[in-house]
Amino acid sequence: MIELALTITYAAVGVSLLLNLVRLARGPDPTDRILALDTMVINAIALIMLLGIAQHTTLLFEAAMLFAMVGFVTTVAFCRFLLRGDVIE
Amino acid sequence: MSLALVVLLPFIGAILPPLMIRSGRTVCATVTGSVTLSSLVLLLIHAPAVYRGEVPVVAYEWLPSLGLRFSFFADGFGLFFAALILAIGLLIIIYARFYLGRDDPMGRFYCYLLLFQGAMLGIVLSDNVLLLLIFWELTSLSSFLLIGYWRHLPEGRQGARMALAVTGGGGLAMLAGMLLLGQITGSYELTEILGQGELVRASPLYLPALLLILLGAFTKSAQFPFHFWLPHAMAAPTPVSAYLHSATMVKAGIFLLGRLWPVLAGTEAWFLIVGGTGLVTMVIAAWIALFKDDLKALLAFSTVSHLGLVTMLWGFATPFAAVAAVFHILNHATFKCALFMTAGIVDHEVHSRDARRLGGLLHLMPITGTLALVASASMAGLPPLNGFLSKEMMLEAAGHARPPAYPWLVPGLATFGALLSVAYSARYAVHVFLGPVRDDYPQHPHDPPAGMWLPVAVLVALVVLIGLFPAAIAGPIVAGASDAILGGALPDYKLALWHGITPALLMSAVATAGGLVLLALFWPVRAVRDAMPRPEAKRIFDAIVLGAANAARRASYGLHNGQLQRYVMFFVVSVLVLILVGWQTGRLDAGTREPLAAGYLAGIAWLLLLAGCIGIVAYHRQRFLALILTSLVGLIVSLAFLYLSAPDLALTQISVEVVTTILMLLALNFLPKETVAESSVARRLRDGALALGSGAAFAAIVHDVLTRDFTSISAYHLEQSKPGGGGTNVVNVILVDFRGYDTYGEIIVLGIAGLAIFALLDGALRGPAARRLARWAPDQPRAADLHPLIPVVATRVMLPLALMVGVYIFLRGHNLPGGGFISALVVAIALLMQYMASGFGWAEQRIRFDYHVLIGWGVLIAGLTGLGAWLFGLPFLTSGFDYFHFPVVGEVELATAAIFDLGVFLTVVGAVMVALANLSRIARRAEPIPVPQEPMDYTAPVPEPATTAEGR
Repeated sequence: MIELALTITYAAVGVSLLLNLVRLARGPDPTDRILALDTMVINAIALIMLLGIAQHTTLLFEAAMLFAMVGFVTTVAFCRFLLRGDVIE
Repeated sequence: MSLALVVLLPFIGAILPPLMIRSGRTVCATVTGSVTLSSLVLLLIHAPAVYRGEVPVVAYEWLPSLGLRFSFFADGFGLFFAALILAIGLLIIIYARFYLGRDDPMGRFYCYLLLFQGAMLGIVLSDNVLLLLIFWELTSLSSFLLIGYWRHLPEGRQGARMALAVTGGGGLAMLAGMLLLGQITGSYELTEILGQGELVRASPLYLPALLLILLGAFTKSAQFPFHFWLPHAMAAPTPVSAYLHSATMVKAGIFLLGRLWPVLAGTEAWFLIVGGTGLVTMVIAAWIALFKDDLKALLAFSTVSHLGLVTMLWGFATPFAAVAAVFHILNHATFKCALFMTAGIVDHEVHSRDARRLGGLLHLMPITGTLALVASASMAGLPPLNGFLSKEMMLEAAGHARPPAYPWLVPGLATFGALLSVAYSARYAVHVFLGPVRDDYPQHPHDPPAGMWLPVAVLVALVVLIGLFPAAIAGPIVAGASDAILGGALPDYKLALWHGITPALLMSAVATAGGLVLLALFWPVRAVRDAMPRPEAKRIFDAIVLGAANAARRASYGLHNGQLQRYVMFFVVSVLVLILVGWQTGRLDAGTREPLAAGYLAGIAWLLLLAGCIGIVAYHRQRFLALILTSLVGLIVSLAFLYLSAPDLALTQISVEVVTTILMLLALNFLPKETVAESSVARRLRDGALALGSGAAFAAIVHDVLTRDFTSISAYHLEQSKPGGGGTNVVNVILVDFRGYDTYGEIIVLGIAGLAIFALLDGALRGPAARRLARWAPDQPRAADLHPLIPVVATRVMLPLALMVGVYIFLRGHNLPGGGFISALVVAIALLMQYMASGFGWAEQRIRFDYHVLIGWGVLIAGLTGLGAWLFGLPFLTSGFDYFHFPVVGEVELATAAIFDLGVFLTVVGAVMVALANLSRIARRAEPIPVPQEPMDYTAPVPEPATTAEGR
C-alpha cells in the first residue's frame, strides 16, 4: 500500500517541480520567480520526507526541518530586496 | 647548559637596552656591557677544560625528524672566535656609548647589537650545521638592521639591502651545500662530520657541496667577486663597521672555511678555488683600497684584502698556513678594529672622512693620532707589531705554495699584495695624521673623551704586546685554535719577531720599500688609474636587481593582472592540460563497475540543476535573476547530498545557502543591477569552448574514477570513529578530532576573515567612500512599509524555536548529523531573521553581546581545549571522552570534543554576524533609519518622496 502511495506522490512532486521550473523560467515578474523558488523548496521538503519513508530512516528529517525553518528566510530576503532594496535596515 | 647560555644570553639580554634607555644612556650602555661580560665570563669558565683538550658539548632535540638539534660545542677554534666576538663587543659597546649622538636611539642600537652578537656566537659554537645556518641567517638579518640603523640616510638603506641580498643569497647556497654534506656523512653534527674528511673528499657530491658552501662563505666574507657589498655597508655607524665589518661578521665566512678545513681542504679544487680567490681578492681589494678617499671605504677594502689573505692561507691547505691564518685573524681583529674606531673618531671630531680634506691631525689630536699610527703600522706589517708577525708567516707560507707551472706566481702576487698593503696603510697614516696642520677643517679637531679612545688604546696595547711577546700572549690561543683545526698535528712553528734572514723577510722588505715608493708616487699613479675605465660594482648590482625585479614583475603581471577571469582561465586550462596528459599516457580508463540505476526523480532534479546552470549563463548580466537561479542550484545540490547519503553536507549546504543569499543581496543593493557587457564575441566563444571542454573532461575523469573499485581511507575512519573519537558521526569526529588541528586552523582563518571584513568596511566608511555613500540614492522604487507586521511577529515566534533547533543540532552532532558549524549557521540565521524583520537598530539594541568578542572566545575555547590534552601528557588536541551516570538522566557520554565544537560554534556565529552586520552598516551610513523603541512596536509606513513612492 505504502509503495503505491509513494509512487503516486513521487510522480506528483516530480510534476510540480517541473511546473515550478516552468514558472521560474517564464516569470514574467521577479515575484513570480521568487514564488516559484519558494514552492520548489516546499516540494523539496516533501521529497525529503518521501525519501525518508522509502528508505525507512528518520535521518533525513532534520534536513526537511531545516528547509522548513530557514528556507523561507531566503524568500523574505528576496522580497525585502524588491520592496526596499536593503535587506537589513 | 652554560655553553648554550653563552649564546642565548645576548638574545635574552637584547630586550634590556630598549627598556633601560629610559634610565639614561650610561645605564643603558652599562647594562648592555654587563650582558656581554656575563656571556664572556660564562665562556671563559669553559676555557681551562677546552685547553686541556676536552670538548664541552650540550645538546637538546629540536626537530629530530629533520636532523635539527639545538646543540653546541666548544673546541679551541670556536672558543677563540667566541672570545674574540665578546671581547671586541665589549670594547665596541663602550665606544658606541660615546660615539652615538643624543638624537640616535641608543636603546635600539644596543638591542640590535646584542642580537647580532648572539647570532654570531651561535655560528661559532653551533654543533649542528642546520642550527649554524639559522644563526648564519640571523647575522644577515641583524646586520641588515644595524647597517640601516640611520634609516633617514638613503645610502644606509641601500647598503643594508645590498648586504642582505648578497649574504642572504649566499646563505641559501650554503644551506644546500650543508644539506649535501649531511647526505654524504649521514650526520648534521659538526663533531661527527669533522672526523669524516676522507669520506667527504672521495664522494661524488664533494664538488657541488664544496662550491655551494664556498658561495656562502665567500659572499659573507666579501671575497672577489662579491667584494662590492662591504664598502656600501660602511654607511652604518662606525661602531657597527668596526664590529661587524672588521672583527666579526665578515669573519664568519673565513671561520666557516676554517671550521670545515679538516673536511674539505686538501684537494686540488680546494687549492685552486679557495687559494686563487683569496689571492685575487687580496691583491684587487688592496689596489682599490689605496685609491679610496673615504677613510671607511679605504679600511673596508683593506679588510676585504686581509680577508682574502686569510682565505688564501686556508687555500694552501698546509698545517703551517692554517696556523698563520688563525694568527692573522687575531691580529687583524685587533689592529683593524682599532683603525675603524680611529676613523670614527676623526669623523666624529672633524666631521669629514675624506682623506683629501684631512692631514696634520697628529698635532691636533695627539692621542688618537698616535694610536692610529701604531695600528696602521701594524696593518702595513712593520716590526715590532703583531701585523708584521702574521704577514711574515703568510709570506713564508706563500713562498712554499708553488704550483709547478708557475712557481713564482703565488709568492710574487703575495708580495705585491703586501706592497699595496704597505702603501694604503701609509696613506692612511700620512694623508690623515701627518703633514702640516691645515686651517680648513669642517670643524676644529681635538681628542675625543676618554671613553672613545680607551677602547682603541686597549686594542693598540694588544697590537704592541703581541708583537713583542707573541709566544707568551698569543701562543696558547693560537695553538689551541690551530690544534682544533688540525686535529692534534701541530706543525713546527715559532711565533717570534726574529727568524733570521729568511726569504719571507726579504719579501717583506721589498714590499715595505715598494709600498713607500708607491705612496710617494701616489698622485701620478692615481691620475693614470683614473684615466682607465673600471667597472662600477654598484651599478652592475643594481642592474641585476632591476632586471630580476622586472622579469618577476612581467611574469607575475602576466599571470596576475587583477582580472579574475584570467586566473580562472589559467586554472581551467592547466587542469584541462593535466587531464589530457593523463589520457595520453593511458593511466585513465573507464572501470568495470556497474553503474547504479537512477530514478526518474533524480532525472528531474538533474534537469532542474541543468536548467538553473544554463539560466545563469544566459542571464548572468541580470544580477537579481542570477541570484534566484543560484539559489535553485543550491537547493538541488542540497538535495543531491541527501540523496547520496551525506546528511551533514546537506544540512551545511542548506544553511550556507541562506546566509550567502542574504550577503549577496546586501551587496547588490549598492551595486549596478546589471553587468555591463565587456567581452567580445570571439572571447566569449573561446571561454565557452574552454568551459565546455573542461566540464566534459572533468565529467569523464569522474566517470572513470566512479566506475572502478578503489580503496579509500574512509573505511579506516569509519572503523576508528567510535573507539578513537567517541562518536558515531564520522563526519563530526573527523572535524573535531581526527582533523581537529585543521579545523582549529580554519576557525582562526574564519575569525580573521570576519575581522578583516570589519576592518575593510570600517576603513571604507571613512574618506571618499563615505562621501560617495552620503550622495547615494536608491536606484529602484521602494515600498513605504519599512518593517511589515507579519514578518516581525513570525520571526519573533521563530527565534526560540530556531535557537532550540540550533542547540539540538549542536548536542547530537557527535553521534548523528549536525555539529557546531551547522548549529552556528542555524543560530546566525535565527538572529539574522530578527535583523531583517525588525530592523538593524532594533535588533542591535537587544542583542547585547559583541560579535568580535565572540570570535575571540571561540578561538580561545577551542585552543584551550586542545591545550587541555597537555595536562594529561597527550599531544595537542587529543580528545578524551567518558561515560558518566547522572541521576534521572541516566548514562551520558561527555567528550572534550564537544567543548572544542563549542569553540567552532562561537567563532562561526561571530564571523557570520560580524560580516553581515557590517555590510548592512553601509546602508545605515547611506540613509539613517528611525529605530522603533517599544518591544512590539513596528515602524509605521514612512511617506517617501513623490518620485520613488511607488509601492509594489
